[in-house]
Amino acid sequence: MSRVWKFSDDVNTDEIIPGRFNLTINPKELAKNVFCEVRPEFSKNVKTGDVIIAGSNFGCGSSREHAPVAIKGSGVKCVIAKSYARIFFRNAINIGLPVLECDIDAKQGDEIEVDLKTGKIIINNDEYKAEPLPEFILKIVEAGGIVNYLKNHDIEELQ
Amino acid sequence: MGTIIEEIFSKKLGRKVKAGEIVICDIDYIMSHDNTTPLAIKAFSEIGKLILNKNKIVIHFDHAYPAPNIIVANNHKKIRDFINVQGLKNFFRKGVCHQVMIEEGFVTPGSVIIGGDSHSNTYGAFTALGAGFGSTEIGVSWITGKTWFKVPQTIHIILSGSLQKGVYAKDVMLHIAKILTMNGATYKSVEFSGEFIDNLPMHERIIFPNMSTEIGAKCGLIKTDQTTINYLKNQTNAKGPFEIIVPINPIYEREIEINVSKLDPQVACHPKVDIVKPISELNNIQIDEVFIGTCTNGRYEDLEIVASILKGKRVSENTRVIITPASKRIYDKCLENGLIKIFNESGCIVTGFGCGACIGRHGGILADNENAFTTMNRNFTGRMGSPKAKIFLGSPAAAAATALAGKITDPRIIVGEIDE
Repeated sequence: MSRVWKFSDDVNTDEIIPGRFNLTINPKELAKNVFCEVRPEFSKNVKTGDVIIAGSNFGCGSSREHAPVAIKGSGVKCVIAKSYARIFFRNAINIGLPVLECDIDAKQGDEIEVDLKTGKIIINNDEYKAEPLPEFILKIVEAGGIVNYLKNHDIEELQ
Repeated sequence: MGTIIEEIFSKKLGRKVKAGEIVICDIDYIMSHDNTTPLAIKAFSEIGKLILNKNKIVIHFDHAYPAPNIIVANNHKKIRDFINVQGLKNFFRKGVCHQVMIEEGFVTPGSVIIGGDSHSNTYGAFTALGAGFGSTEIGVSWITGKTWFKVPQTIHIILSGSLQKGVYAKDVMLHIAKILTMNGATYKSVEFSGEFIDNLPMHERIIFPNMSTEIGAKCGLIKTDQTTINYLKNQTNAKGPFEIIVPINPIYEREIEINVSKLDPQVACHPKVDIVKPISELNNIQIDEVFIGTCTNGRYEDLEIVASILKGKRVSENTRVIITPASKRIYDKCLENGLIKIFNESGCIVTGFGCGACIGRHGGILADNENAFTTMNRNFTGRMGSPKAKIFLGSPAAAAATALAGKITDPRIIVGEIDE
């Protein structure tokens, strides 16, 4: 069983990981400061397998890939948001952080079950179904990110 | 046939492309900078294949250059080593990546440029597809030379009228951010057109695609016209002949008409770009730092406006005023035409060219509880240093007026257009 970390709308990449910490590309190092300004307790209390639930436009702002890397490095299993900023969405897929689109009613600390394959989400006895990812994106996610995909495939095979 | 983004993809792929399609498209240039290149090198090295075409890769040092600390210095060294080992030729240390991309002639109508920086949308001012990508995709594209795009729907913004004196394209764009909000164009292409855009010089047009990022857009685009072609010929190293790309019988998802004639100077208030108010509502806010520069408003013409307001006057004793020209070319022109002297004599600090204080790494970091007024495009919490500092965004003229008064000030008061 995973726990919910609840965030609001328009969470930006400066809030996920401020620019001054982007000196490293080490996921564990970045995770030490993830959400440090808006949720200082996050990095101390987050447990492997926890889930972030957010509103619309999650990950807006700069193109820094440090943002999804920092979240993945913290052990978060997946992010479920009403919608994402486009670069963050692409970055998350590319580095292998699962991102689902779904409007979920949840509170901080709720227990949640997420099936990444089917998109089925159970929370407080309510069942939700996340928007399925397009087929070519699933190919990247299933390979564990674009880098792993391209080790064995050509980019044209995505189409 | 179609919107500008459909026209660009149709020309590139040699067939008719419509919004909603997923296409795999050749990339003309793959841009990255000192902040995003290290992760790109990591992805590239992990895949372990060769670069497809070295001429397509363009790398800039601008975010923190010269290095302000050992970690950044080591990152720079790592990138330089990679550039040397791979034999890459397009390596620049001449200022903000987007400005240098334009100056060096990489940006031309119809070109497809992906950039490891969210403000790569800037290239849309020249009818190029510029889109921000993450580092991994930058490294991947070095190998593939192409990437996938979902052809976006288009929001059409039609601007009419002419601005009052003391009001600029930046004020119009902040007004658009207020109307559309930070989420208003997510995944979309935004086309800017109308008589206002037609009459606008390139340095002001650039603001709209540049800040289309702040409303979530995949790209911001302006059609090619004689102003575009003249600028490319006279102000950049781009080699013609240039394509002319305009929308042809486009179908837009949404159209918004705005008349700019009555618009007052606007300010985006901390901590979101869409919290926008007329400057008159913010008159008494004390400002600790004014920062003038960036890919949005660090061009020569911006600095010329600032110089015209500061000439012969002293900036407030209580305010640090930092001016960072966007590029070396701009810095040189400021030096040649006496602007640097004006800035120095008025008590400003002129730094070297680059991104400067905009990313909170060096060149003007904010302390706890300080207020900054800047010409940047983004004012998120912690962006310029302390998370307890506040950042306000406005035009270069508003920044200059604010520098003199030490508090947020309508530039029309300084130039005598309106009474205090």
